[in-house]
Amino acid sequence: MKRSTILVVVARFLIPLIMLFALYVQFHGEYSPGGGFQAGVLFAAAWILFVFIYGLETGLRVIPTRVIYALASLGVLLYAFIGLLGVVMGGRFLDFYPLLESPHAAQQAGIILVEFGVGITVATVVMLIFLMFAQRRAMTDAAERNE
Amino acid sequence: MNVTEWMPFIVLIPLIAGPICILLPGQRLPWLLAMLSAASALIIAGFTFAEVITNGTLRYAFGNWQPPIGIEYRVDAANAFVALLITGMASIMLAWGKPTVDVEIPERQSSFYALFLLAFAGLLGITLTGDIFNVFVFLEISSLATYALIAHGQDRRALVAAFRYLMMGTVGATFLLIGIGFLYIMTGTLNMMELAERLPALADSRATQVGLAFIVVGFSIKLALFPMHHWLPNAYTYAPSLVTAFLAATATKVALYVLLRFVFTVFAPDYSDAAMPLAIAFAVLAIAGMFAGSWIAIFQKNLKRLLAYSSVAQVGYMVLGASFVTVVGVTASFLHLFNHGLIKGALFMAAGIVFHQIGSARLEDMRGLGRVMPWTLTGFALAGLSLIGIPPTVGFVSKWYLISAAIDAGQTWIVVLILISSLLAVVYIAKLIELFWMQPRPADSPVVQEASPALLIPLWLMVFANFYFGIDTRLTVGGATAAAQAILGVPVGGLP
Amino acid sequence: MNILSFFNYWAVILLMMIGYYGMIVCGNMIKKIIGLAIFQTAAFILFISAGKVIGGATPILREGIALYSNPLPHVLILTAIVVGVATTAVGLALTVRIYEAFDTIDDDAIDTLEDDK
Repeated sequence: MKRSTILVVVARFLIPLIMLFALYVQFHGEYSPGGGFQAGVLFAAAWILFVFIYGLETGLRVIPTRVIYALASLGVLLYAFIGLLGVVMGGRFLDFYPLLESPHAAQQAGIILVEFGVGITVATVVMLIFLMFAQRRAMTDAAERNE
Repeated sequence: MNVTEWMPFIVLIPLIAGPICILLPGQRLPWLLAMLSAASALIIAGFTFAEVITNGTLRYAFGNWQPPIGIEYRVDAANAFVALLITGMASIMLAWGKPTVDVEIPERQSSFYALFLLAFAGLLGITLTGDIFNVFVFLEISSLATYALIAHGQDRRALVAAFRYLMMGTVGATFLLIGIGFLYIMTGTLNMMELAERLPALADSRATQVGLAFIVVGFSIKLALFPMHHWLPNAYTYAPSLVTAFLAATATKVALYVLLRFVFTVFAPDYSDAAMPLAIAFAVLAIAGMFAGSWIAIFQKNLKRLLAYSSVAQVGYMVLGASFVTVVGVTASFLHLFNHGLIKGALFMAAGIVFHQIGSARLEDMRGLGRVMPWTLTGFALAGLSLIGIPPTVGFVSKWYLISAAIDAGQTWIVVLILISSLLAVVYIAKLIELFWMQPRPADSPVVQEASPALLIPLWLMVFANFYFGIDTRLTVGGATAAAQAILGVPVGGLP
Repeated sequence: MNILSFFNYWAVILLMMIGYYGMIVCGNMIKKIIGLAIFQTAAFILFISAGKVIGGATPILREGIALYSNPLPHVLILTAIVVGVATTAVGLALTVRIYEAFDTIDDDAIDTLEDDK
């Protein structure tokens, strides 16, 4: 693919901004519109833009496939762990009140951690969906070249 | 042990084990994790069932947010009964299916078992939840996992079957979503119990009726109620053996349970009957399905497809029981739901073993196989007798209750139809038995051996269950009666 | 006037019929998936438009505002959208695999291929 200077310059400018916005949406999710789903998708979009500009190999050097897989399930497990922590501390599943003494802080801490897990999973799963389709093309092309 | 605190873990254990399973390497560890989580879910489901039967409904509010704000799991005899069936079937299928999975899915078994666990958790979630939007979410979790599982089949037509199921299934789920939307717009709540309280005031509203119609059609697609069964035969035929056996024993049962929950608990039984002629519609479709399914099954040339069409017919029996709108009728429905899980589970397990040994599901490859694989096919034949409904099998108990429900409802002509459609089942089972034992094994056929005990012992356990619950009906009939009373709103057990 | 006051429902019905038509009529599997996505979107709009309270503000707690729109439908539909994305991804993945296995993604063509066997 021919690399266009305009694309590279604009993307270099945009990618950090998109990531920053994703983090904003992530960590303000507990008292304003936002949250894990939206932030995760935004973050993945930044990575996908990066891959469009610099190619899949460079993108995978930033975050290898195995790390994506591991993070995708670790995000869910963080969610589950926080949920189970409520049970262990004597409450119910996803009950945040037992986590800290002040009920307000407990709810806030719980929801931030849970949404963080959601964010990680959504970001990596969207990356994974993109990766699967992108790699499939490369795989079939390589198979055709060998024939 | 406080059962209420443990009850949600029936769903949570497989749901959390799914993502862990992806991380595990090799072939043995993922299976072991899946097996352990299914077994522990079964144990908790057993305790929950015992608790519900003696002490009445259990309620668990997630995050201690009480309904209507939070999501609540509300378990009465009906949920507990179905959850017991699903967890039991999943445990026995996983114990049985490891050798077949090793052959049919040689690579990336960790993601296969993860998908299996998600499908399993989704089905349990639909069963236990008391929140109608939660039903939709879990329905989609289990459906998406199921599409991927079906696509794991070796035949390339498995992909097409999965794609068509995805189309039909998503339309069904979206219909359900629209129906839930109508109910939410009308009542402002998603909790089943609150809906049941608020809906009678809105009985004449057109929007409520439309909502009910969307919900019924949506679940009927998932249930494979005749004429909406189009996805089922191909999906069951080309899916891996373990998936077919598990789906046949559980998926349509869960759809039936949740349909009855909506029609009879969320909407009152007399409303569903009066506002829309649901009972008549169910009866007509059920009887049409009984005959069409069995009739098509007679002419099939593929063992798995034959059993799949027979499942379409059996769904007809289950829905027919509910269409009487009496406690006896719904009891027959729940009883057949449980018993058919045992019957079809055993039949598809035997079919899976045959597929494992000869590498084909076509009937022409199975001529004279009964002499080569006596243990497998005797098990198949005994489960087949149970499907027909010969005493002392569970099939007989189901038919007996169904017929007494028909007589109780004063519709004796339905008894005749049930008996005639059972004769169709006799035809295709007899055809198979003739094929397995009466015909000679072709001289040029490859050498086939009897399957290993690892495959045979779970099969025979299921066959034994078919006879045991045909004689000792305390668990099944007792559970089904309590389930029917719970779903129709008749008080059960000690507490109301 | 009366017809326009139910404008959102007309949009829902129109989208739903377009999506459903696409799913039934198009043989191409990608077009079927597009039809399915439009069909699902119709259901999402039904929910979201029901959550609007006339005169209500965005549902963020702050001073001086008493009437808020209902945020619950948005939350529910967020989940449903995620489910829709997952469905589309699974559908497209299956389509890719079907193309590799059959060399076509036309439903009718696959039917004839299957009948040959």
